[in-house]
Amino acid sequence: MESRSGGFAWVPHLVLLIGAALVVFPIYVTFVASTLTPSEILAGPMTLLPGSHLVENYLAALTHGTAFISGQPVARLMANSLIVALVVAIGKIVISLLSAYAVVFFRFPGRMICFWMIFLTLMLPVEVRILPTYQITANLGMVDTYGGLTIPLIASATATLLFRQFFLTLPDELVEAAKLDGAGPMRFFVDTVLPLSATNMAALFVILFVYGWNQFLWPLLVTNSASMTTIVIGIKSMIGGGDSQTPWHIVMATTILAMLPPMAVVLLMQRWFVKGLVDSDK
Amino acid sequence: MAEVSLNGVRKSYGQVPVIHGIDCAIADGEFVVIVGPSGCGKSTLLRMVAGLEAITGGEISIGGRVVNRLEPKDRDIAMVFQNYALYPHMTVFDNMAYGLRIRGLAKADIRQRVDQAAAILQLAPLLDRKPRALSGGQRQRVAMGRAIVREPQVFLFDEPLSNLDAKLRVQMRVEIKRLQQSLGTTSIYVTHDQVEAMTLADRLIVMKDGVAEQIGTPIHLYEQPATVFVAGFIGSPAMNLLDGRIGSGGGIECGPLRLASGGLSVAEGVEIVLGIRPEHIKPAASDSVADAVVVVELVELLGADTIIHGRVGETGPVLLIRLDGIANLKLGSTLPLSLPHDRLYVFDRASGKRLA
Repeated sequence: MESRSGGFAWVPHLVLLIGAALVVFPIYVTFVASTLTPSEILAGPMTLLPGSHLVENYLAALTHGTAFISGQPVARLMANSLIVALVVAIGKIVISLLSAYAVVFFRFPGRMICFWMIFLTLMLPVEVRILPTYQITANLGMVDTYGGLTIPLIASATATLLFRQFFLTLPDELVEAAKLDGAGPMRFFVDTVLPLSATNMAALFVILFVYGWNQFLWPLLVTNSASMTTIVIGIKSMIGGGDSQTPWHIVMATTILAMLPPMAVVLLMQRWFVKGLVDSDK
Repeated sequence: MAEVSLNGVRKSYGQVPVIHGIDCAIADGEFVVIVGPSGCGKSTLLRMVAGLEAITGGEISIGGRVVNRLEPKDRDIAMVFQNYALYPHMTVFDNMAYGLRIRGLAKADIRQRVDQAAAILQLAPLLDRKPRALSGGQRQRVAMGRAIVREPQVFLFDEPLSNLDAKLRVQMRVEIKRLQQSLGTTSIYVTHDQVEAMTLADRLIVMKDGVAEQIGTPIHLYEQPATVFVAGFIGSPAMNLLDGRIGSGGGIECGPLRLASGGLSVAEGVEIVLGIRPEHIKPAASDSVADAVVVVELVELLGADTIIHGRVGETGPVLLIRLDGIANLKLGSTLPLSLPHDRLYVFDRASGKRLA
């Protein structure tokens, strides 16, 4: 891979630059638009240089929102999204860790049936079961609650499967050594299995946080009041029927704000994330 | 420290019996090695003593206490695994201290015990390392240390040296022996390596197909093997085992090889296996006084001794002969041999039991 035939070293760089530009340019335009006034945005070809209304626009978005979202401040929607993303990510990890632990380390009747039932649900995406799920959630009076937003999303066959595969790589002797040391099942889980799963958990957390943050269909169904909705739904609601009514500067500022938390999570956990995906640290 | 006794210990997986009733009383402080080919049930037996496998039948007691229904942690034992089974995320110190912490020992107590074990095993400079930063031999020592700090009544070793290279294995073998002698803890050690077994054991249990073929001191098993299997398994190079029968007049006939019986009280016509160890065969002065004359087919020069592969007659059996020093014989040359009568072993071919 080290071979760089002199004159052509710039080719891969050029390809990379073009690729990066393709991805970054729309985001840049969004950022520029978020620093302009509505009339500047709508005036013919929009300028590609940032304007002077950055602080003003972002403050307006964070504190007042727009009429389309009943004047709910975007800060509130972001808090909602953050709660959903965190509860879903952490909840999924906790549940799948425990169920994978049960399936791998305990011999109980119906163990394989349990495993296959979990496995089968992999084939049912959220959309397929969304109506019955909504029915149940509504009957339980969980519409417009954080419980309704998060609990139905928590069960995760994928994460369970992932942890199961990881647990299967732990040598049997490790379990036996723990037994001889006098560690009971929960003690073994906390002292040995959890620390060894740390990198996997970190990688999963990143993936699941982004997944939870970007949820669209389920929050759309299960929230009615503007104050309970998430940022992703908020952006969609802000865009009204006609252009004249849409406060694009606020929409763009909100969009940029909505990108920040997932970005922060990915950047902060990057090292762990990569480690968890490539490295079996044993 | 304690004696361990196995009374008719049996194990089956479903309908398949794998251990057919083992009886053995292991004295306090004794080092017993269970040896046998892979799949003979030796590890299963050890794991039953450890409490990692359920006992189908019979009784195991440690220090006079029946442990059949006790959890591994309550049996007062420590085990060293083949792959060491160290906790990868803990330091050497924590690996050794873990069991003590669970038992709720005081911090100072733990520190003292671990330091002491580390000193014995020369692990003191490594206490803060993680297992992945250790060599195989060092990991092996940590596994031993984890066993020692618990001050158990019995040590169990499950092929602890199999993952080491040959040189290190010999070195660790000596260390284990020395350690066991200084601690005086009753030990049960499983291996498939008969040299390891011979050098370590106070007493050997030779197992085959879930049955203890013979139990005794290494030298007793070497000199008085009870079955063909034990005869062939103990000793290196292995004993010569030749199919034959008892001829008329009580002589032994193995193809062209004819030997006088030397007062053997076995009926004529019985199918036998004749055994003689390579080191007991001596060159004879001349063909006329020889018990057998072999044609040299292969010479293995090992320096300290020489292994000769010699064929009796044209199509007869091949004998391994071990001669002291360097005996650089020409291939195809003949070698007259004497097979001392008192060194011959005769086994019944059908049952494998020793007749004489």
